[in-house]
Amino acid sequence: MSSLRKTPLHSVHVAAGARMVEFGGWDMPVQYTSILKEHAAVRSAAGLFDISHMGEIRVNGPDAITFLNLALTNNASKIALNGSQYSILLDEKGGVVDDLFVYRQGAEDFLLVVNASHIEEDFELLKTLPHGRVELRNESDTTAALALQGPRSAGVLDRWIAGASSKLGHHEIRRFDSDAGGVWIARTGYTGEDGFEILCDAASSEKIWKRLLGLGEAGGLIPCGLGARDTLRLEVCYPLNGHELGPDITPIEAGLGFFVDFSKPDFRGKAALVVQKQAGVPRKAVALLAKPGGAPPRAGYPVLRDGKNIGLLTSGALSPTLQTGIGLALVDATHAAVGNSVDIEIRGKYVPASIVKKPFYRRAT
Amino acid sequence: MNIPEELRYAESHEWARVEGDSATVGITDHAQAELTDVVFVELPKVGQKIEVGKNCAVVESVKAASDIYAPLSGEVTAVNEEVAKNPALVNTDPYGKGWFFKVKLANASEVGNLKTASGYRTLIGK
Repeated sequence: MSSLRKTPLHSVHVAAGARMVEFGGWDMPVQYTSILKEHAAVRSAAGLFDISHMGEIRVNGPDAITFLNLALTNNASKIALNGSQYSILLDEKGGVVDDLFVYRQGAEDFLLVVNASHIEEDFELLKTLPHGRVELRNESDTTAALALQGPRSAGVLDRWIAGASSKLGHHEIRRFDSDAGGVWIARTGYTGEDGFEILCDAASSEKIWKRLLGLGEAGGLIPCGLGARDTLRLEVCYPLNGHELGPDITPIEAGLGFFVDFSKPDFRGKAALVVQKQAGVPRKAVALLAKPGGAPPRAGYPVLRDGKNIGLLTSGALSPTLQTGIGLALVDATHAAVGNSVDIEIRGKYVPASIVKKPFYRRAT
Repeated sequence: MNIPEELRYAESHEWARVEGDSATVGITDHAQAELTDVVFVELPKVGQKIEVGKNCAVVESVKAASDIYAPLSGEVTAVNEEVAKNPALVNTDPYGKGWFFKVKLANASEVGNLKTASGYRTLIGK
């Protein structure tokens, strides 16, 4: 029996009575108390997630930007110092290997934060690409990460590191000194709320986890697991690699063309995407809002229009905030217009839904 | 773990409150604690014939859909509209307001095949 990987906070989760599940090869908390309670906490107060399972790959050197521009779809030249950018790593056929965030920690110093299930695959692939004066380092084993998310997250953060939130604009990353040593904090997240992702040494993670929970408890901060993480990101239509993205899905089909810079002379997968762009995409990713009262939509359920199968759901849930079914689906491009009525087949019954504009939920301001 | 003495229990964690030739059916406190947040309940239809051990309803948590198996055979005489509208009742009151349906028993001897409270307690190790 192969054993699952554990984050530095694993024993803390177990001691807290969290329900543990396998995720991408890791033994992770899916919930501490209730997924609905944890979801609500992030929307109304604050939640703390262990995201140490994610990978951190350093790209450092004078040719870092050149390398990133060849390796990834987005334009790394646009990332200011202390800035960040969502980008995608493709294979030669234009299919998605991984989606990730690029953080600029120095003039020539970039940190890629990648999905937990793809760390080694991403690192090995990046190492095969021509990379001039660039050093690549997989720092995942020594780096831990926590996500502090919600309207009250800035208040909690500032109680730990005074004035930190006012120094961080949206999507910025900066280094801070703290009572747990040096940390890098980014104003990014996967929930659609204001929030922070804290990168620290693995050895400091438990101290920071307990510190933040202690400081935030009075204001409603609770630890949250992967269950709430999924319902939160789904409400804001963020893709999940393995569902909305994968080797058989291009960023154009996935609706992520905004993060592909075709003006770059070349990047891995460009040729295939150019062909697809010219020929027209056969499928498109859409957001489905189901009529209330139906069973929860889930990944894999068929989508029909006028009785004809037009695709299937890549993710789905009963939205805790909207109290109705929501889903992301890949459907025939000819049927993908916003406003179209479709049916989702759930256990032999047809639940009506509409294709709607993303996102399902937008936070106030 | 709440396991009322007057109920009978299936190994698949449904309970039955038998009253004469009729029974009310739901899922146990143990089952709802395993599921956590119940977000949807699909009930059988009134008039539907159900057969012991066959799936007759569905209860869904955030992460998964679970089949509910008929603990006894018969005809469904009533379903709980309240739990359909407010699935969280399964979590908060699994033996009371969280009931699923009532069934007119086809074969009262099947009751003898269900576990008593102490038998169910042994089964779940609590």
